[in-house]
Amino acid sequence: MQVTRDFSHYVRAAGEGIKHIDLAVEGVHCAGCMAKIERGLSAIPDVTLARVNLTDRRVALEWKAGTLDPVSFIDRLEELGYKAHPYETESAEATEVAESRFLLRCLGVAAFATMNVMMLSIPVWSGNVSDMLPEQRDFFHWLSALIALPAAAYAGQPFFRSAWRALSNKTTNMDVPISIGVTLALGMSVVETIHHAEHAYFDAAIMLLTFLLVGRFLDQNMRRRTRAVAGNLAALKAETAAKFVGPDEISQVPVAAIHPGDIVLLRPGERCAVDGTVIEGRSEIDQSLITGETLYVTAGQGTPVYAGSMNISGTLRVRVSAASEATLLAEITRLLDNALQARSRYMRLADRASRLYAPVVHATAVLTILGWVIAGATWHDAIVTGVAVLIITCPCALGLAIPTVQTIASGAMFKSGMLLNSGDAIERLADANHVILDKTGTLTLPDLEVTNAADIPADIFDLAGRLALSSHHPVAAAVAQAAGARSPIVGAVEETGQGVRATIDGIDIRLGRPSFCGAEALIGAGADLDSEASIVGFSKGNEKFILSVRQGLRPDAQAVIAALKARNIGIEILSGDREPAVRAAADALGIAEWRAGVTPADKIARIEELKQRGAKVLMVGDGMNDAPSLAVAHVSMSPISGAHLSQATADLVFLGRPLAPVVAAIDSSCQALRLMRQNLWLAIGYNVLAVPVAISGVVTPLIAAAAMSGSSILVMLNSLRARSRAREIV
Amino acid sequence: MEILVFLVPLALMLGLAGLIAFLWSLRSGQYDDLEGAAWRAVGEDRPPEEAQG
Repeated sequence: MQVTRDFSHYVRAAGEGIKHIDLAVEGVHCAGCMAKIERGLSAIPDVTLARVNLTDRRVALEWKAGTLDPVSFIDRLEELGYKAHPYETESAEATEVAESRFLLRCLGVAAFATMNVMMLSIPVWSGNVSDMLPEQRDFFHWLSALIALPAAAYAGQPFFRSAWRALSNKTTNMDVPISIGVTLALGMSVVETIHHAEHAYFDAAIMLLTFLLVGRFLDQNMRRRTRAVAGNLAALKAETAAKFVGPDEISQVPVAAIHPGDIVLLRPGERCAVDGTVIEGRSEIDQSLITGETLYVTAGQGTPVYAGSMNISGTLRVRVSAASEATLLAEITRLLDNALQARSRYMRLADRASRLYAPVVHATAVLTILGWVIAGATWHDAIVTGVAVLIITCPCALGLAIPTVQTIASGAMFKSGMLLNSGDAIERLADANHVILDKTGTLTLPDLEVTNAADIPADIFDLAGRLALSSHHPVAAAVAQAAGARSPIVGAVEETGQGVRATIDGIDIRLGRPSFCGAEALIGAGADLDSEASIVGFSKGNEKFILSVRQGLRPDAQAVIAALKARNIGIEILSGDREPAVRAAADALGIAEWRAGVTPADKIARIEELKQRGAKVLMVGDGMNDAPSLAVAHVSMSPISGAHLSQATADLVFLGRPLAPVVAAIDSSCQALRLMRQNLWLAIGYNVLAVPVAISGVVTPLIAAAAMSGSSILVMLNSLRARSRAREIV
Repeated sequence: MEILVFLVPLALMLGLAGLIAFLWSLRSGQYDDLEGAAWRAVGEDRPPEEAQG
């Protein structure tokens, strides 16, 4: 059977006779890599563009259509020492990028307008105390209006839209007082300018927008960056499937190019990338990523298989029912829908603050106006003072208080290997006081390892590893990897369902089922091999050995559990796996509370029960069966090796083999929440000082501008403290 | 004070020119890879014959 790699799905036309492809590249860290890759790829004839994006770790390539196959670029990068895979922008990321650009445009407009209005305002402020003619002042005010009004109309869009959305849903958010404040300040300034008054507030209004846009942009940029990294990781997983393009011809195509009804080949040791039904072949499949159960399931004609299952022994032909994750186990879909509905009830700290803040501020402004009228001032003066109160209390610092901390904290988490999926996850993670851990793939590593390698002579282990290279069986792959084998033994033969054998220097060597190697006797006599491991036999002539292969615990699992206990966080294991396996893991880690054989519905019931008792549950899980409980928990995490669905549902995703990012993330989010609260108090404290001044009616535009920038800078500086502390954790 | 008639529009024009330059740089993708751009400035230049290819 002939296999070809087909990346045509990712190639798009970029003008006359030019093709374009985007590649996600692993391991690009510095300027050196950038130059090496660009030169290496430009050297290929017909390549017209090779440009590395160091921020997103991607390469954009363009070439003259016709001769070149995109596969050759991947091979060239492989030669240079980089792993690459075609990348397709998901719609979610495209939206984030567009939003990010829009905010930057708004920020640019607002910042330039602020600078120019300030240039006009400063002469007015100094002219008011010296010799400026009223006509000149009016002229400058009109010029300010000319700049500030269109700029605010454009740059204020993000706030006006969000405020309008909130109001039409009959709620409020921080953008409502912002929009009201800006609109009133500008409107009043225009009226004042028409009446040749001394003070106008164009500068304050546009400066407010600039500061707030800085906060918005930082927040958006953090999200965009997370999406880019997550997108690269997904691309580098390189999910492909062997699709039949002819009766006996298969092509290795990306999952995105597979449609329902296609027939794919699933070879031993491959992970299934689609949902479908077996139409031919018999095999054992590992569904631990879907059910948590580590025992293999027998698959034959008519057996449904789900994306994420690992094929163990035989070759299967599968008819695709839905590509990727379009369909799922019905039960999980239903639970997930319910859980996601419940989740949206959480109210962000910023929204809670604004819900208190807006009525208080608006009531103060109204009372100020009424108070001045009762005290005998004219309506005009009273309203001017009332609007001054609104301007001075406009939540500039409040608007920055949370995004700045979030940006810095998420940057610190990013360095320690944790990606944020949702913006408010930091607040929720800081509250968590009970952790529920899944076992398979979360406490344990997703791949297999040899547990008794130390008991076997090094040369024998080495030989076993080389022999294992000739088998597709995942257990054999684990042996080969553990032995660090590089060169396969020539002439090795795989006997399906039994093992591999070869002859070296006239001696017969075998690796496979203990019976295949004549090593059954060793199992009975075998010392303390645990019941969970797969036992593999190895024989060299008359010498017999057995290897025990199983999923190991994550290297630092014990330390992490101890660290969680030290933080007074309750810990329990809820696993879909069998009792002995869960008991062994719980004993090894010293976790007293555990349950085995738990269904997704049971997991949710347990989380609800804990919620009733007032616990804030952090759920950590990787399997598709965990997805509903990840959604229902107060906050959730998933390893990057987990099923797509759980990663999409989890609030945070951690990278790599260690479990340590879990603790690091809890620590930095506690710190971040503290800083957010401090910032809110700073902003409120500033208002408490400034409001009486505004009510008394002595606020000039100069005081408003100084107070606003002063409080914003104070809040930003305080947020930067999240950075210094985060370094200690890493 | 008649000088203001020239100076103020001149100042506004300069501001507008700055804004247009910023929007142009944003549109032409100069903010897409800030990290890489920082390194490109200090990187070695390519030999002229290679740069054309």
